[in-house]
Amino acid sequence: MNTVDTESFPIFSESMTKTRRQFLRRAGGAVFSASSIAVLSGCGTYSTSASAETLSQDTKILNTAIAAEHEAIAAYQLGAESGLLTPEVLKVAVKFQGHHKEHVDALSAAVTGLGAEPVNPLASYAFPVDKLKQESDVLQFAAGLERGAVSAYAGAIPVFESKDLMAAAASILADEAMHWAILRNTLGLDPVPGAFFS
Amino acid sequence: MRQHKFNTYILATTILFSGISVASANGDAAAGQKVYKSCKGCHSLADNRTGPRHCGLLGRAAGTEEGFNFSSEMKNSGLVWDAETLDRFIAAPLEVVPGTTMGFAGIKDQTKRENLVAYLIKASQSKTACSAGGYKQADK
Ligand code: HEC
Repeated sequence: MNTVDTESFPIFSESMTKTRRQFLRRAGGAVFSASSIAVLSGCGTYSTSASAETLSQDTKILNTAIAAEHEAIAAYQLGAESGLLTPEVLKVAVKFQGHHKEHVDALSAAVTGLGAEPVNPLASYAFPVDKLKQESDVLQFAAGLERGAVSAYAGAIPVFESKDLMAAAASILADEAMHWAILRNTLGLDPVPGAFFS
Repeated sequence: MRQHKFNTYILATTILFSGISVASANGDAAAGQKVYKSCKGCHSLADNRTGPRHCGLLGRAAGTEEGFNFSSEMKNSGLVWDAETLDRFIAAPLEVVPGTTMGFAGIKDQTKRENLVAYLIKASQSKTACSAGGYKQADK
């Protein structure tokens, strides 16, 4: 029994319950009541019915996404501590960083639920510290990371085995696309420079 | 029926391999730099990030870049990176290296892939890009 607070991650708690049910159904018609499912924390039972391979593939994709989210958190931390941001922009940066932290929490809950360990942040990141000289440099740096994250999720969504994880990743992608647009807007760039992104 | 299937196989294989030889010869590296955007969420040329650095890729055995925590599947893939293996891997990473941690669907468009491979081969040998360190993330 793990201690994932599924309440805080509505996307995952709801979708995982569904996934679990689907897997249980596929695994041979074992019938669990909603309450007995609720007793199982996270998505632990998934592992007993899903093939090990499927299980580890979704776990790996989730962990790679977590790694990228950790990088974003560290980047916003660097930006926030740079002393280059005006109070107004700093507020937005801290808010966006908070979203990335929530993404890590939700993705980690999913990994834990699948019976695996979420990855930790790297000890250090090779950020272009010496190139950050003014607020716009920090914003550009953050915008580049958000743009990259949109691409990464767009590439990851089709390879999840679980459709519920696809939906959850799409919801994160939408959030990161909004960050990107706001950062671009603040930089005086066209916030929505196209109709399609991959 | 058997024969028909076999012919289709030959045709598909021929298309596949002619595609690959084109990939090494005709890719447009400048156009490929734009395609590389879809890799920059995880990779940079000079530094290990969520994915390994791409500098020095050509001729490198898969999963051997120092300081990066590769999956055992990548380490044991037996691949050595060149135009052909890169093209194949980028088209369908999880099919070419099942179990890889590169959770990415791949680039299905052959022209885009050819251009990307041309860019990767060129950029991963660029002295300026590869000695710089501190990856560039300008939002261009
Ligand atoms: C979601 C993050 C992510 C994205 C996006 C991504 N990669 Fe990767 N890439 C990784 C990870 C993680 C690895 C290590 C895989 C392993 O160890 O199984 C990797 C490994 C590789 C390798 C093997 C390198 C080596 O030294 O053996 C190549 C080549 C590569 N990626 C190319 C690309 C290209 C080209 C793109 C863009 C089309 C791309 N990747 C997009 C995360 C990503």
